[in-house]
Amino acid sequence: MRPALSHLLLLGGLGLSAVLQIVSPQLDDYAVNILILAGINIILAVSLNLVNGHTGQFSLGHAGFMAAGAYASSLVTLASGPLASGGDPVVKNAVFLGALLAGGGFAALCGFLVGVPSLRLRGDYLAIVTLGFGEIIRVVLQNTDAVGGARGLEGIPALTNLFWTFGIATVTIYTVACLVNSTYGRGFIAVRDDEIAAEAMGISTTRYKVSAFVVGAFFAGLAGGLFAHYISFIAPETFNFLKSVDVVVMVILGGMGSTPGVVAAAILLTLLNEILRDFEQYRMIVFSLLLIILMIARPQGLLGNFRKKRKGTS
Amino acid sequence: MDWGNFAQQLVNGLSLGAIYALIALGYTMVYGVLRFINFAHGDVFMIGAFAGLYINRWLKPFFTGLPEALSTAVVLLLSMGACACLGVLIEKLAYKPLRNRSRLTVLITAIGVSLFLSYSAQLIFGAAPKGFPNLFNSTTHDLPGGASATTEQFVVLGVTVLLLAALRWIVLGTRMGLAMRALSNNPAAASLMGVNTDAVISFTFALGSALAAAAGIFFAMLYQAIDPFMGILPGIKAFVAAVLGGIGSLPGAALGGVLIGLIETLVVGYSQDIGIPSGYRDAVAFVLLILILLFKPAGLLGKSEREKV
Repeated sequence: MRPALSHLLLLGGLGLSAVLQIVSPQLDDYAVNILILAGINIILAVSLNLVNGHTGQFSLGHAGFMAAGAYASSLVTLASGPLASGGDPVVKNAVFLGALLAGGGFAALCGFLVGVPSLRLRGDYLAIVTLGFGEIIRVVLQNTDAVGGARGLEGIPALTNLFWTFGIATVTIYTVACLVNSTYGRGFIAVRDDEIAAEAMGISTTRYKVSAFVVGAFFAGLAGGLFAHYISFIAPETFNFLKSVDVVVMVILGGMGSTPGVVAAAILLTLLNEILRDFEQYRMIVFSLLLIILMIARPQGLLGNFRKKRKGTS
Repeated sequence: MDWGNFAQQLVNGLSLGAIYALIALGYTMVYGVLRFINFAHGDVFMIGAFAGLYINRWLKPFFTGLPEALSTAVVLLLSMGACACLGVLIEKLAYKPLRNRSRLTVLITAIGVSLFLSYSAQLIFGAAPKGFPNLFNSTTHDLPGGASATTEQFVVLGVTVLLLAALRWIVLGTRMGLAMRALSNNPAAASLMGVNTDAVISFTFALGSALAAAAGIFFAMLYQAIDPFMGILPGIKAFVAAVLGGIGSLPGAALGGVLIGLIETLVVGYSQDIGIPSGYRDAVAFVLLILILLFKPAGLLGKSEREKV
């Protein structure tokens, strides 16, 4: 993607988010609900794609970072009390932005702490460590009374709207696109394509892996903050292993390393989740079979270019 | 210090550790021949427990008059056989088409298989935990030092030792074991020397899955309740055990399993003295995993491996 094009995309996306926000009173609640969930899923999928798709690592703990961001941002808005729930929209939204950034920052810090030990090793350890990290976060939250323990946090001000959701989704897509297509970002792709060759070329593979991981965790934290301030209630169980698997399925279905594919898959799976709501017990069987069949028949995903020769920029 | 309590914790930790060790052996064997983490292994453990429950229920009429040791052995062996078949089936259907693909592809497939087994089990057996029957009359035996152990704990420890001895004989004393070791040492060279790689890989899956089934029945015997998601946490903890012992090393996996079982039990048993709430039980293994990866990534008995181009 050329720089001019990506800036255009950023402006266009932000404009679209504002337009969506302005027309939102005309939309019915159910449509707004699905749009917001789709937006949050886009943020999660695109940020996980930076780790799993572009850098070729495999994280199974995205829900853990989402939880870190959700709790941290909720604590900020709850602590700021009347400022966040008061009447002044400017103050309210400024507090919200601050809270979201705090949540993202905290998630990024967690990402750094988890990433440094596990990313020095080969990819498959990361899957288990991130899975374990998700469990640790859940156990810690369940046993911390200050954040409500297993009962969770409630009464979080509902500040998330279409503008914030799609604005942040646009920023996520923009950041990942710019990062991957920059000179620095070539390193991510080099690490994915051949770790040994990349190391021989003088690329510090651990540093690249950790930075992809930290950026991915940051955006997962933002998504968690948006989610918490949309539902107004969070509990440790909200962010369980299955939430991580949902995001992984989006990335794989869309095609690892393909941002348009992953965005499409995030929207598709959000809709599919709504349609399959009455068939909850079959949903995960369908998802798991989808994973197995995709891996055997089309490992690059529906739109992916994983493991293909890359020509020029994507 | 209360030595009776300490001895009791050791007994409980050892029997839990024996279960982790049996599961960890499956991870480490598959890793040895195929170099990937078989995520679905914890679910084979779960299926083993359910197989035990149903086989016991179906065969109950035929067990009247038989000694309990014999009927328990029949249930155990049939469940192990069923899971061995399941393991081979998983390998043939899901993993075999992916030979020589990237490790990530295989790992994702394994996660798919794991979810598929859990959710199919939930659909078939229901989500609510099921009670696991007593396979034999159990009493509590007093041990020297003030501790006590149930008959189940004795059976778990005794049979685990038997299974480990049998495994040692298979790996070190048979031609198949020799082929397994050859394959894990160098797949290409083993294949050139006439080792039938596919047969050895299937055998490895059968062996690992049978051990997981035994572990599943032991777990059900000790905790007396089973559910479709019971395999996830023990599965992950056993993987940590395999990494602790050095992945690919069989004695390492057994040692790692016992250590994880002991550490987990001691942390919970002394939670008040060391200031860690017992709710953190499930986090213990993961903290250990991160520490191992930081300080001794090759594990206690593993050899560190340089990747060659």
